[in-house]
Order: sequence, then structure tokens, then C-alpha cells
Amino acid sequence: MNVATVLTPLPVLIPTLAAAASLFAGRQPRLQRAIAVLALSAVVAVCAVLVYLADRDGTIALHVGGWGQTVPGASGATGETSGMGPLGITLVVDRLSSLMLLVSVIVLLAVVFYAIGQGIRDGDERQPVSIFLPTYLVLSAGVCTAFLAGDLFNLFVGFEVLLSASFVLLTIGASTDRVRAGIAYVMVSMVSSLIFLIGIALIYAATGTLNLAELAVRLDDVPSGTRSALFAVLMVAFGIKAAVFPLSTWLPDSYPTAPAPVTAVFAGLLTKVGVYAIIRAHSLLFPGGALDHVLMVAALVTMLVGIFGAMAQSDIKRLLSFTLVSHIGYLVFGISLGNELGMSGAIYYVAHHIVVQTTLFLVVGLIERQAGASTLQRLGGLAAASPLLAFVFIVPALNLGGIPPFSGFIGKVALLEAGTQDGSVLAWMLVAGSVITSLLTLYVMARVWSKAFWRARADAPEGALADASPSSLIDDSEEDIDFADRDDVGRMPVGMLIPTGALIAVGLALTVFAGPIFAFSERAAGEVLDRGQYISAVLTP
Amino acid sequence: MTVTYLVPLVLIGGLTSAGVYLLLERNLTRMLLGLLLVGNAVNLLILTVGGPSGNPPIRGRTSDGETATADPLAQGMILTAIVISMGIAAFVLALTYRSFRLSRAEEVVNDPEDARVSQLSEKSAAAIDEDPTTHDPSIDTEEPDELDALPGHEGSR
Repeated sequence: MNVATVLTPLPVLIPTLAAAASLFAGRQPRLQRAIAVLALSAVVAVCAVLVYLADRDGTIALHVGGWGQTVPGASGATGETSGMGPLGITLVVDRLSSLMLLVSVIVLLAVVFYAIGQGIRDGDERQPVSIFLPTYLVLSAGVCTAFLAGDLFNLFVGFEVLLSASFVLLTIGASTDRVRAGIAYVMVSMVSSLIFLIGIALIYAATGTLNLAELAVRLDDVPSGTRSALFAVLMVAFGIKAAVFPLSTWLPDSYPTAPAPVTAVFAGLLTKVGVYAIIRAHSLLFPGGALDHVLMVAALVTMLVGIFGAMAQSDIKRLLSFTLVSHIGYLVFGISLGNELGMSGAIYYVAHHIVVQTTLFLVVGLIERQAGASTLQRLGGLAAASPLLAFVFIVPALNLGGIPPFSGFIGKVALLEAGTQDGSVLAWMLVAGSVITSLLTLYVMARVWSKAFWRARADAPEGALADASPSSLIDDSEEDIDFADRDDVGRMPVGMLIPTGALIAVGLALTVFAGPIFAFSERAAGEVLDRGQYISAVLTP
Repeated sequence: MTVTYLVPLVLIGGLTSAGVYLLLERNLTRMLLGLLLVGNAVNLLILTVGGPSGNPPIRGRTSDGETATADPLAQGMILTAIVISMGIAAFVLALTYRSFRLSRAEEVVNDPEDARVSQLSEKSAAAIDEDPTTHDPSIDTEEPDELDALPGHEGSR
């Protein structure tokens, strides 16, 4: 038993156990916070080691309970030549999944600090919420399960775990708005899960296995028409989760009503789990690019429709939700090209986008707290009121817009290069579309900047109105008050500012260490497209 | 022989179409029923694709006259799916009740912000994007008044 096999299950195990422990500690907020922070810090450390190990030793496969591939003849049956395939749950760590794990848990840790910092300042005494941290830890466990899953059904279970937790987090406090948003979100998510389950059933019918590595071998023998049909069913299911147009309309409706930390972590992680599943299905299960043209068109439309939607919004949270949809298009663009540069660009861009999108939603949480509104109809004068707030907004905003030298620029350049390398008409259209999207993202961010930060609040159409005092998780005041009557909220809490700053620093580190990180994502892309390493790591007895 | 395969498939088709029909309603209870119907259809689908019936998948046990062993994995997956859909159904029921308590209706409502943005008149959209020309700092007097609280007018006292 080596280090890797001990570490592999820990990203699932630690948050699950910590969730149980923190539920028992429900009446002691301090203990609960300590458990959550310790657990997620431990997972960050584990994932950092896993990234190193996966990069050094290649793909790590762990057969939980030892139900792995057997040696031929071990079962005692005569004439057996190939041994039995993996029977139990398989967890697989390769470069791609370890990188996704590491970035995700860093974001999860930063957001839990932010939520705790906000809770200490604004609300835990008034409105104690003992289920937030346990649910949040369950969500973390679900995200890690999905990234580690080595078979389709385990991926489904991971999705269900993170979805169930996200239902609770999205409707926390159950105000009118959140119930409305929550119902739509629950229904859409469940439909996508059912479609995923239909896909699982059909794939099982076609091949008799659900283990990803075994599927990769056996699906090659399936007739190509059937293969495309199976792939399409999975793509619809994952497309809903990843919010690819035309399956994306649920996202801007449901995300903005949730509390700021919840929206931040949803925006950063949940759609990316869908993107990760698309990468796996596209390159491991169904290589050969049967649906690449469909995906390319979907990517183009996702980028453009998303950003046009963002231009029309006045609420910053909704605006950011639309840019989130729009930038999923970049990821699908990289995946659908099917060449190594496109895949490595997509992998780098996922890491960049998880960090920067989460940071922006955290900053909106700060804006909402300080200024009592998140809509451009009411905001103004923030640059004068708080230069620090302006700074923490503009850095990730420019990063999202793809201004050099930030990581958004590097990711986009890689994708554009991959597009020109492909050279087909559709790829050139995508290149043009992504440049336009990038410019429009910058326009949208500049609009927020010039309205919320530069314009005087008196010039905003509803500048005199504001929400009542800040609240952390449960928003119980739905009435507007005069901005002048609003209680003084004081300075920004350090507990919220430090995690936001830390995530900005991580975003900048993606630029500073772009060389090694991009080299890593190139190796990850090579490994993903090669398939051989994955298959042999899982199927070797 | 064909009938044993055909019956479940027809049943799956019927359940799915009824489920989708109910899901497209706006009434929450019907949507939940639709989800459950589609869920059951999928469970039946997994059972069907698991292959024909046979001996229990335990070593040394046989059922009358069967030669092959039944596939235990399909049943394991169905059990997991049933447990998950039960949990979600309970959650949806709780949400429905909460929605009923809050608004006396159990219908899915449109996103008000969505409707607001789509119906934004040219003038009110411009009000967000263009600074109103009516803004005039000179309306602020030397006397303390409510304008002083607004950024852009501070310090004018």
C-alpha cells in the first residue's frame, strides 16, 4: 500500500465525516467552524500531494475494497482468458482530475472563510444557521466524488450528492424569491439527472459495464450510430449541468437569489463539474469526434447569447451569471476542437475561470454588504466610498475580460491558437466569436465599473433606495429603505476581505506561474487524449 | 419471447410520456408526479437492460429451472436511484408546502427580474446607462438636507 492509495479516497472521506461531525456540533458554532476549516484545509493539502503524485507517477487507480481487475483464471472457471473486470467502485486520479480537485478545494476553502467571516460580523447571533456548514461540506464531498469517479454510476452519485446539497444551500432561509428560484433549479437538475440515468441504462445495455476504462475499450466495438446516440444522451445531461446553450436558461434565473458565498461556489464549481464530465465523455468514452460540429456550434451560440444576455442586465449578480454561461462556451470550444492544444487551453481556462468567477461573486457580496444593493440602478460612487473595494473588483474583472497579462488572456490565446491550428471554417468562426465575446465581456465589466464605481450615487435612477442592514445567509428583509436611513455598516470585514484577496492572489499566481501550469495542463491534455494510460492503470490486475 | 421484452418497453414509453406531460405543467404537485413517473420509467429501463431473469446472484442458490444468473448490478443501481428520488421528492414536497405558505399558490412563477429586464422601456434602460442631464449639484444647498447622505454630494455642506 503506497501513499497514493491512502490519499486517493481522502477528498471524499474527509468532508463526509466532517459534515457528520459538524452536524453533531450544531449548537456550538465555534466548534462547527473549526471542523469545517480544518477539514477543507486538510483536503487542500491532500489534493496538492495528489497533483504532485499524478504528475510524477501518472494515473493512479484505486479499487475500493480491492474489487479490481482479476488475473485470468483466478475465479476458477476453465478457459478464462481475460479475468474479470473491476467489480467495485473505482477512484481514478490523473493530472486532469487532480488539477480540478486542487483548484476546487482551494475555492471551497476560501469561500468557507468568507462565509464564516460574514457570519461572525452580520448575523450568526441574530440568525444562527446550523445547517450551512454541514451542507457545504456535503457539497464539497459531492464535487470531489464527481472528479474522482472512475465509473459512470459513481459519477451519477457524485452529481446527486452535490445537487442535493446545492438544493438546500440555494433555498436557505426559504424566502419567496429563493423558493421560486429553488423550485425551477430543483426541477431542471432532476430532469438532467434522469436523462443522465437514461444514458447510463442505455450504455449498460450496449456494453454491460459502467466502468469508464472498460467502457472505453468496449464502446469501440459498438456500431457508430449507436455510439453517437449514447454520446448525445450523455451530452444533453451534462450540457444542462454545464449550462451550455440552449440548455442554459435555468442558470441566470436561479443563481442570483442565493446568498453571496453560495452563489460564488455554485458559479465556480457546479458548472465546471459538468464541463469535466463532458471532457471525460468526449475524450475517454467517445473519441473520434462524432458530435464535434454540434459542440462547436453550441459553443459559439453559448458564448454570444450569454454575453448578449449579460449586456442587458442591470443586476450585477445576474450579469455575472450570464457571463458565466458565456464563458462556458470557451471551454466547450476548446474541448470540441479535439486537438491537444485546444484541450490544454480548455483545462487551463477551467482553472482560471473557477477562480475568477468565484472571486467576482464574492466581490459582489462585498458590494451588496457595503452599498445595500447589487443592481446598477442603485449603485454609484463606490470608488470614492471605498478604493479598496474598487481594487478588489477591477482586478478579477479585467482578468475575466482577458486583459494581458492576466490568466484570462493566456487561456484565450491558447484557445485561439488551437482554433487557428484546426483551420476549418467553423473553427475560424469560433475564433471570431470568442474575440467578440472577450471584447463584450470587457464592455460589460467596464459598464459595471463606470456605473457602480465612478458615477455619483445621486445620478443612479434609484440611488436613494437601498436594502436594509446586511445579512449573511438569511435575507429576511424584503423592503427597501432610504439609503440615508441605512445603518452604518462600517468597514469591510477583514474575514471577508482576506479570502477574496487570497483568491485574487491565486488568480494572479495563474499568470505568474503560467509557464509551469500551462506545461502541466499540456501534459494533462496529452494524458486525456491518449486514453492508454487511463485504461491500463484501471484494468491492470 | 418477444412479448416479455415488448411489455416493459411499452410501459417505459407510456410512463415517460405521461411523466413529461405532467412535468410541463406549472402546478408543482403535478411536476413532482411527473418526475416520479419518469424516475420509475428509468428504473424499469435499467431493470430491462439488465438482461433476462435468472438464478439469484448468490453462489450455490438456484431458482427453478433457470440456467443463467440474474444481473445484480441493475438491481443495485435501481435501489440507489429509488433512494435518491425519494429524498428529492421529500424535498420538493417541503418546497411546495413552503411556496404554498408564502404565496397561497403552488404554481411555478416567472422570474420577476427577467420579466423586468425584458420589458424595460428604452427610456428606463437609458436611465441606467446614461447619466441623467437633470443632475445638478447646484440644487444642493448650503443648508443640511437629505441630499447630503448621497455620494457625490458629500462635503457640500
